[in-house]
Amino acid sequence: MDGVNVVELSIVIVLFLVVTVMGFVAARWRRADDLMHLDEWGLGGRNFGTWITWFLLGGDLYTAYTFVAVPALMFGAGAAGFFAVPYTVVIYPLVFLVVIRLWSVSHVRGFVTPADFVRSRFDSPTMALLVALTGIVATMPYIALQLVGIEAILKAMGVEGELPLIVAFVILALYTYNSGLRAPALIAFVKDTLIYLTIIVAVIVIPVKLGGWDAIFGAAEEKFSAGTGAGVLLPATGQLGYATLALGSALALFLYPHSITGLLAASNRDVLKRNMSALPVYSLALGFIALLGFMAIAAGVTPIGEDGNTIVPVLFQEMFPSWFAGIAFAAIGIGALVPAAIMSIAAANLFTRNIYKEFLKRDATPRQEAQVAKVVSLVVKLGAVAAILFIDPQFSIDLQLIGGVIILQTLPSVALGLYTRWMHRGGLIAGWVAGMTAGLLMLYNTPRLGPDGTVVREHFGGSSFALSKLGLDAASSVYTGLLALAANLLVVVLVTLALRAAKVSDGVDGTADTDYTAEREDPTFRELPDPLESAPPGGERPARR
Amino acid sequence: MATDRRPPTGGVVPRRSDRSPWNWLLLVPIVVPLIVPLYNRVEPTLFGWPLFYWLQLAFVALGVLTTVLVYRATRRSPAEQAAARDAIARDTARKSAARDARRDGER
Repeated sequence: MDGVNVVELSIVIVLFLVVTVMGFVAARWRRADDLMHLDEWGLGGRNFGTWITWFLLGGDLYTAYTFVAVPALMFGAGAAGFFAVPYTVVIYPLVFLVVIRLWSVSHVRGFVTPADFVRSRFDSPTMALLVALTGIVATMPYIALQLVGIEAILKAMGVEGELPLIVAFVILALYTYNSGLRAPALIAFVKDTLIYLTIIVAVIVIPVKLGGWDAIFGAAEEKFSAGTGAGVLLPATGQLGYATLALGSALALFLYPHSITGLLAASNRDVLKRNMSALPVYSLALGFIALLGFMAIAAGVTPIGEDGNTIVPVLFQEMFPSWFAGIAFAAIGIGALVPAAIMSIAAANLFTRNIYKEFLKRDATPRQEAQVAKVVSLVVKLGAVAAILFIDPQFSIDLQLIGGVIILQTLPSVALGLYTRWMHRGGLIAGWVAGMTAGLLMLYNTPRLGPDGTVVREHFGGSSFALSKLGLDAASSVYTGLLALAANLLVVVLVTLALRAAKVSDGVDGTADTDYTAEREDPTFRELPDPLESAPPGGERPARR
Repeated sequence: MATDRRPPTGGVVPRRSDRSPWNWLLLVPIVVPLIVPLYNRVEPTLFGWPLFYWLQLAFVALGVLTTVLVYRATRRSPAEQAAARDAIARDTARKSAARDARRDGER
């Protein structure tokens, strides 16, 4: 183990052990909650108050991969990487009114997944299956990418081999299995404390060492002005792509099953509304994290090997004493665990409720379901490890790119469905097929260009689609997901009109108008089961004691 | 799915609405950060930051202010908020009692 930084590694291991203990204790607390007064903290049975929801959603939405990949993008592509800021500003006012409707209807009808809602709203197990499959396919590579964050810090510390990665994820899998959603909720406290500490120190210390912000932006200006570059600004042709990527990503984020799992754990509507105001604090942090990419340019950081994701860890090593670099690395590593845990729970719920119970074993008992969900949450994580170790990580990155585009195709049924039932279930299915086909075709036909304009890769080279390929006389490109969504919506409208004209039955709405505005104190409110101990809507619920 | 067609428990369901003219304010922090020509400039700089960067970070504050304003303006009455808190406390106590009973039963 030559070249291993012992101080950094020790600190990372100690902090990792701390959160491991916390992950297991989370389950114990639940069993002995009357002793530990955990309910007073509001941490029992999906009753998360404002603070816990803030930590949980923050830990869930702003992942380790974001913290590593966004500065890497700034390092490599300049201003375009800053889209993460408008993306995470726009999202909260955008979903402010939407998430409370989803929360209400879910708590009245007992929905745990977005597919549960679609099934009941549109009376369509098929559309629900499509929503569930889309969610699982979009989430799996996202989990795998969390490992890329851990890999980056391991590389920086000089740790060789794949064993540490496997150990970290096996431990994560075990305590999620053991403690469910409580484990990530508890660990999120540690993660965010470490992340905020790291950012505050980085934003104060690094500019001082590099000679001020002028020098940092100056170095970036110099790097990106070469040739026909636009320096630290966007080129004229890049502006439409920037805005559409920010908007499309914002529309997609709360369609991901793990976001919805986090949302539904809130104890009431006010908690969610307050969080829509409080979560942007993370966006501010993300803005500073993005600028770490420019700091790396000014500091002359070179990535380890070809891996651009290592620039932040390397920057920390050059700028901080070993002990603090260790804390920063632990922040990134633990930051990978929280979203990975919630994502695997969300994927397991989708499989259990909308595939297993619906299509494989209709008469499954709640006990069998809980067991299946737990096992699936394990399989999902092991699958993620296998994907990173045995398949080229580039495969996961490609898949995640696709993930954002395909999850957007569930917007008509999941998000618009909260407001209107005008869409016919047949129209939604046809629209989904059209959106998926269009999205995948466009991604397939997007080459990746090198800095000199030559084609580096033929296919899946990025998520902005050149308008010139659609026959438009424009040099701009647009986020592929939005174009695919437009195709989707168009087909939804046309097919719905046709089916309505043909008087094809559109089933029975399983929800009532009043469901969407239900409050916590209403007689219709019901507690949702724990994510890993769930019975599907309409199934038997345990008798109240 | 028969049980899903009606509210799971009895009682009167209040008619509520999330509609409010204040909600239109939410459009401001959605639209403004997406108008790229507004901020795709270097000058004026702030503490060495080009406008592109500091103004977009300032939009975070715009988003917070707007959502806080809308939340406050459309907030429910103190009595309703207290009712929600009571409901949470009641359900929590009920669940604790159920768990205690279950644990005693296991012994």
